[in-house]
Amino acid sequence: MTFTAPVLSYTLLSPILILLGGALIGVLVEAFVSKALRPVVQLTLTLGTLMLSLFQVWRIRGEQSLTAAMGSLVIDGPAVLLQGSILVIAIISIFLIADAEQFTPLAAALPGSAEEREAAQSGNQVTEVYPLTLFAVSGMMIFPIASDLIMLFVALEMLSLPLYLMAGLSRRRRLASQESALKYFLLGSFASAFFLFGAAYLYGYSGSITFAGIRESVIGGSGNDVLLLVGMAFLTIGLLFKVGAVPFHSWSPDVYQGAPTPITAFMAAATKVAAFGAMLRIFYTVFANAEWSWTPIISAIAIISMVLGSLVAISQRDVKRMLAYSSIAHAGFLLSGIIALNKAGLDATIFYLFAYGVATVGGFAVVTLVRDSSGEVTDLNRWKGLGKRSPFAASAFALFLLAFAGIPLTSGFIGKFSIFSAAYENGATAVVITGVLSSAIAAFFYIRVIVLMFFTDAVEDGTAVEIPSILTRATVVISAVITLVLGIYPAPVLDFITDLAIFIR
Amino acid sequence: MKWLSLLMLLPLAGAAIIAALPKSNEKAAKQAALATTLAVMAATIAMAVGFQRDNVDLQFVESYAWIPSFGINFALGVDAIALVLILMSTILAPVVVLAGWNEAHGGRWSVKTFYVLILVLETMMIGVFAATDLFLFYVIFEAMLIPVYFLIGGYGTGERSAAAVKFLLYSLFGGLLMLASIIALYVMSGAQGGHTFDLDKLSQLQMSSTTQNLLFLGFFIAFAIKAPVWPFHTWLPDAAKSATPGTSVLLLGVLDKVGTFGMIRYCLTLFPEASKTFTPLIMVLAVISIVYGAFLAIGAKDIKRLIAYTSISHFGFITMGIFAMTSQAQSGATLYMFNHGFSTAALFLVAGWMIARRGSSTISDFGGLQRVTPVMAWSFFIAGMSSLALPGLSSFVSEFLVLVGTFTRYPVHAIIATFGIVLAALYILIPVQKALHGPTTAGNENLKDLNLREKLAIAPVIAIIVVLGFYPSPLLNVINPAAKHVISQMGFTDPVPSIGDK
Repeated sequence: MTFTAPVLSYTLLSPILILLGGALIGVLVEAFVSKALRPVVQLTLTLGTLMLSLFQVWRIRGEQSLTAAMGSLVIDGPAVLLQGSILVIAIISIFLIADAEQFTPLAAALPGSAEEREAAQSGNQVTEVYPLTLFAVSGMMIFPIASDLIMLFVALEMLSLPLYLMAGLSRRRRLASQESALKYFLLGSFASAFFLFGAAYLYGYSGSITFAGIRESVIGGSGNDVLLLVGMAFLTIGLLFKVGAVPFHSWSPDVYQGAPTPITAFMAAATKVAAFGAMLRIFYTVFANAEWSWTPIISAIAIISMVLGSLVAISQRDVKRMLAYSSIAHAGFLLSGIIALNKAGLDATIFYLFAYGVATVGGFAVVTLVRDSSGEVTDLNRWKGLGKRSPFAASAFALFLLAFAGIPLTSGFIGKFSIFSAAYENGATAVVITGVLSSAIAAFFYIRVIVLMFFTDAVEDGTAVEIPSILTRATVVISAVITLVLGIYPAPVLDFITDLAIFIR
Repeated sequence: MKWLSLLMLLPLAGAAIIAALPKSNEKAAKQAALATTLAVMAATIAMAVGFQRDNVDLQFVESYAWIPSFGINFALGVDAIALVLILMSTILAPVVVLAGWNEAHGGRWSVKTFYVLILVLETMMIGVFAATDLFLFYVIFEAMLIPVYFLIGGYGTGERSAAAVKFLLYSLFGGLLMLASIIALYVMSGAQGGHTFDLDKLSQLQMSSTTQNLLFLGFFIAFAIKAPVWPFHTWLPDAAKSATPGTSVLLLGVLDKVGTFGMIRYCLTLFPEASKTFTPLIMVLAVISIVYGAFLAIGAKDIKRLIAYTSISHFGFITMGIFAMTSQAQSGATLYMFNHGFSTAALFLVAGWMIARRGSSTISDFGGLQRVTPVMAWSFFIAGMSSLALPGLSSFVSEFLVLVGTFTRYPVHAIIATFGIVLAALYILIPVQKALHGPTTAGNENLKDLNLREKLAIAPVIAIIVVLGFYPSPLLNVINPAAKHVISQMGFTDPVPSIGDK
């Protein structure tokens, strides 16, 4: 038996390699750099790594390769666009993660224990979040470009494991945070198991673990359809869990609420991009010819997600839970881009993912600003009169809410319009009409928050708006500018996406 | 000269200047707002002078690529109908600013924010009538809800935030139905020769009659909510009652016209067949609006609600005129839109002054104003007479044209609608009698009459009402060719009156 040395295209893989390298250095920093210097060093290192990786992504735009890593990864236009989006979202999220107030001083200490107090007094910080974030980003970068099932699974675990950990690191309400982490971990493991089960069936169906091999079998139609259907169904369950579509959504409100808000922001935005990126590739290339067998199911899931997400969000009293249900509805909107199964749908989904991701990070950035003496205030009733206390925070939040609601002149509208028109083009009339109607329902609760912030008098209960640090302010401003620019003059970005977004097989 | 984009840029520039002013200098903000709106009015009049009235094509056309990958252009252009409405909007804007000089003081936010919102709204009002790209129209149609929402919720009175939310949700719901129709049109245009939002090209799309009917409904319901036509009207009285008088003028006078304008520009031209199919139903809705609005107005105890109900009745007339499919009714409907803007403005502004002086908006709190404040009382009287379409005042001409035009095709509807005029006499004369005549009610003895600023604001409105009442032909000459064009494009010819031919 001979061993063939793998041939790797280092240039094309450089964005991922840089991230992994940065993450490993981050681990070393934890071991060798003094406690006092660690936060600054880690922040600089992480930001530098992400920027460098983004720069590399920019440099390889337009390149296409099926053999970058022995046929396990594929580099093409959508890959570059998705990776770029993930990196931009990661960069603006890092500004939030830099806020040490959000994280427990000592994750290993029991909540309320003497060790915890001691750690807090000595100014301890869990700077481990930086390398963890970089590992998660690496996983997210690989997920949408994986082109065989093993790689896809490795990437899935790579992005999930750091997130499970980080969800449990909240400084306030640590028990809830740890509970949410455990819930996320257990349900995530179930989903991974489903995913693997599906992958095994697909191997049984096609005799291949590569996307190209499975695709050939689907086109040829020679295999056992039962195996295909079972495999496809279980694989899809794994993916739908990650994006939080109904009925695999039950983790998201708890995790959104329990996790430290910067992590919620990062997870909500970047995971969606990565997971939908992978779904796009799988459904547009591998399963495209089995359209008849999955569109009805995905359409139904899209419709239920949109309706349930919007309806349940109405009754939420907690801003993070409300945003969680809104993200479920958005998962439904994004699924209509998968159903579209055409070039317009691909472009629209990528645009929507970027626009939604940026607005989400911006929205959660504002959430981190509203606090009282015991930490963040996420009870919506205490957001009353925020417009008076901090016009900056309230107007920015209002803008992000309007973008979520899809009001014209925000990025959300262009996203919704393009994704619905693409789905309609493929005959998914029911999905489009449900989408439009649930947008009307969703508008109700977004607007209710605007009413609370601007039209209701403040109650004096100690809720204050933190004067934003430069980093948080940067996140809010960058997200707001992107949201507005993509709403008012999206043509350059749309053209860029249209030119690049072509899957190679 | 790029007139229309200039008109849209001017208020934005004014808004930017006001935004840059210090918060404390409220007077400068007001003066800048007044100067800007006056400049926009002057520019509009200058543009209108150059309008070729016998040319039924779009004029002052401009087009810039906006989102080329979706075939979206920033395309502007006006026909006579749009021109008349833009003229009305830009004349009303300075009137509203001058009349509501102190309106912004009771608000949640600063005075300068109020004027920034008003000016941004003015840009959108011009844009919504001038847009010839369906996407651009929709964007402005939805986006203009936001400044109005903040104007009602931030500066209104009473249950202002509830009213603002009701207004926004109704309009958004309608808008989203329209969006579904727009998406369908866009996709169809892609299948028939390339994605476009150009109105001309969209009107040539081939589609089955079922599709056309469904898409028509998407548009019509959006416009019927906006207008508002019974049974989509319930948001209006609340919004009008809670908004400041100036905002109410813009809301009822201009924004609601987007609904009726949209029926002509979009429902009739894009879906001529479906329009014919639904005409019988819409005519019934219009007649119900006329009579129902009038009855509600008779029963109203609050003066602002009363004016809102009269508007529902008037929008019934306008809708009836649009769908009667005769050129007289069509001209009448357009003229009605213009006149309604001014008579409602006069009513709302004077009512606003009365309410501000008395501190109450209940009709029975007033009485004998004629003796205490003669100028204010006379202004209210004339505005009221215009609202009930007294001959010699502008509304009479348009109401008459609508009724005559409707009668030739729908005599029964026209006859029932005529009762609306009788009811109008009731709903106007009752409050006029209660508020203006009779003994002066306790608490009203010391009310001040209109000051110079208020007189300056109301004078041009009353002048327009009176002059156009006696001499409407300058406006009608502009409107008539466009109205005929709309009707002939629909494939209708005016029925020849049979009476007197024997």
